[in-house]
Amino acid sequence: MKTFKGGIHPPEEKQLVKDNPIVDFPLSSRYHVLVQQHLGAPAKPVVKAGDEVKKGQVLSEPLGFVSVPVHAPTSGRVKEIGRIVHPVTGLLAPCIVIDADGRDEWAEGLPLERDPFAMSREELLDAIKTAGVVGMGGATFPTHVKLSPPKDKTIDTFIVNGAECEPYLSSDHRLMLEQPERVLKGAGVIMKALGLDRATIAIEANKPDAIKLMREKAPAEIQVETLKVKYPQGAEKQLINALTGREVPSGGLPMDVGAVVQNAGTCAAVWDACARGIPLIERITSVTGRGIVQPKNIRVRVGTLLREVIDFCGGLNGAAKIIFGGPMMGIAQFTQDIAIMKGTSGVLVLREEDTNITAYSACISCGRCVEACPMELIPSVLSKLGEKGMYQKAMENNLLDCVECGSCTYVCPANRPIVHFVKHLKALSRAASAKK
Amino acid sequence: MKNISASNPAEDQAKEQASKLSVYVSSSPHVHSTEDVPWIMRQVIYALIPGALVGVYFFGIPALKVIALAVVSCVVMEALWQKLTGNPITIKDGSAVLTGLLLAMNLPSGAPWWLVVIGSLVAIIIAKQLFGGIGNNPFNPALVGRVFLLISFPVAMTTWPEPRSFFSQAADATTGATPLGALKTAIFEHGTIAAAPGMNLMDPFLGNVGGSLGEISALALILGGIYLIARRIITWHIPVVYIATVAVLTGILWLVNPEGYASPAFHLVAGGLMLGAFFMATDMVTSPITNTGKVVFAAGCGVITVVIRLWGGYPEGVSFAILIMNAFVPLINRATRPTKFGAVR
Repeated sequence: MKTFKGGIHPPEEKQLVKDNPIVDFPLSSRYHVLVQQHLGAPAKPVVKAGDEVKKGQVLSEPLGFVSVPVHAPTSGRVKEIGRIVHPVTGLLAPCIVIDADGRDEWAEGLPLERDPFAMSREELLDAIKTAGVVGMGGATFPTHVKLSPPKDKTIDTFIVNGAECEPYLSSDHRLMLEQPERVLKGAGVIMKALGLDRATIAIEANKPDAIKLMREKAPAEIQVETLKVKYPQGAEKQLINALTGREVPSGGLPMDVGAVVQNAGTCAAVWDACARGIPLIERITSVTGRGIVQPKNIRVRVGTLLREVIDFCGGLNGAAKIIFGGPMMGIAQFTQDIAIMKGTSGVLVLREEDTNITAYSACISCGRCVEACPMELIPSVLSKLGEKGMYQKAMENNLLDCVECGSCTYVCPANRPIVHFVKHLKALSRAASAKK
Repeated sequence: MKNISASNPAEDQAKEQASKLSVYVSSSPHVHSTEDVPWIMRQVIYALIPGALVGVYFFGIPALKVIALAVVSCVVMEALWQKLTGNPITIKDGSAVLTGLLLAMNLPSGAPWWLVVIGSLVAIIIAKQLFGGIGNNPFNPALVGRVFLLISFPVAMTTWPEPRSFFSQAADATTGATPLGALKTAIFEHGTIAAAPGMNLMDPFLGNVGGSLGEISALALILGGIYLIARRIITWHIPVVYIATVAVLTGILWLVNPEGYASPAFHLVAGGLMLGAFFMATDMVTSPITNTGKVVFAAGCGVITVVIRLWGGYPEGVSFAILIMNAFVPLINRATRPTKFGAVR
């Protein structure tokens, strides 16, 4: 079975939610659509308070190539261009508040019917950008940019990432089980956009039903690969390494080794965008963990408040941590008044006994972090430098190669918050280079 | 269609309650392995129990007293020092217990109480706390304590009670030599190993020999070592390479001159090699962090051990070898840094 060097095997905990079919989250009365839901250049609102909007209507205009618009999740009236806590930064960020009119009417001409395989590469990329598609595994990098490699890069490998290596989460798993056609057809569209005649869909061995179904449904040109269950198997660089043996060079991108990786959910969104003109206004999210009363997989609109999502899943039960994303790389939230985003692959609620809130102690040089690090760094050294804020020394120790997967921190017997130190050091080095 | 955000007093009150959300906010990851420092220390202590029991079996109640005193004095000294210096008291991490146990296992069973207390003081205060406590000590604390005692109180440290069955400990204990000591004397006085008494392998393998109370049984120590490897507390690199280096070097010399040198099998089972290779050289704080580094470190320990045993002034060289190699750990770590993923090779 294919895999990479290093990594860890935390308890999978997928049993809480993996067998729960996707349920539709009901229409809310109000949505908070963050303007910045992608990695890259900002976007600018193009609606104002009082405007009537229809479902799927453009709400913002991308400023730059590496940027995407957001769209109205339902029909209604723009209440205001307000501010809401951004789940990634924890700071107040602009959002477009929409009061739903309950009619949920599509914008004119949507959804449309067209054959993406009759479209040109440029038309496809434009459709993907216009629909605001970003990487839905959590990184939220604009998809059209990943599909537009510079001329000097030859792409020969396209991988659909169905690994879903984060413990607890099952949103990609349910998507592949319940809507395999959307994933496979979307993969086909991306192959066309990349000019490739084959692709690989990679799934961790703990989802045998999805592997079996994909093998049945996949056309001959899409190969299904089983991956060893190991975290972070779905991290882009590790996934490429496991499947092709290639190493994305330090500081480089997957395209430097001829590879493009797209999450299974992104493929489905690409299909909707290209075949039906439907923008990315909803996604599948696992709401799970032992701190939520009824774990569910929901199809939820972007802009839905976390508070409503928690209510819909029976409320909290001894919640000690509320996380957007998975337990390894997700972001802890301090309020329920935040909105679901395009990249919210999961809402995880942990009780005190499921999480880790004890103090840390001195490094005992056991070397477990070195064994676990998929980037083959020495995390213990970075953590000691992080304690002292020595970012220059840390950069000599490959600080910027750290992908913050959390494997080192998971295994550290001294409970050292190594990822926290790394983030701190990276912030210090960014601040220093900004000053220059 | 249910209107979730509708306003009614009961719901508002519930919201008010819920908005007083009290949760932890910290960097990812949010889950953690259950294997923490106290757990690791406990595993090492469990792994030492067979060796300690054999010591108590052959040396009786005095051995048990030495173990108890060393453990208690190490823990008390750490707590006292931390209290006096105003630092958090960390005795719950189990490392002081382990240092005490390891120190005791490196002492003769007849060690007087003051010897044990001085050894604990040197191990905990000088070798560990003065360097900054757990994680910051460059040298193995128990070995620093032992070597300090060996140099300062050579007579008390080399008075070895003879092993006897636990159930026949009526009369006063007699003292004798360790196998390696007898070997050194034979070579020194007669120039040949043939003059050394009792060169059989089974007694030191099982533990029926003179020596430090925890080093006598190779079998019990190997069992503990296998437990540590199976539990993934240590990797095979240090013990296997250390033992293999000693076997190869003594093997070559033995093949060349079997009259002048003892067999490699004898060198493996006699003395403190097993205790050193599985429990002392593998101390995480004072050994290299990468597996390549561990191999280099262990080979160095093996070479120095053999050199001291064969040509040095002391019959045994394990403690010195490990301490000398401890000093090289920062250099070894620097020289054996892994090549990062995606490095231009």
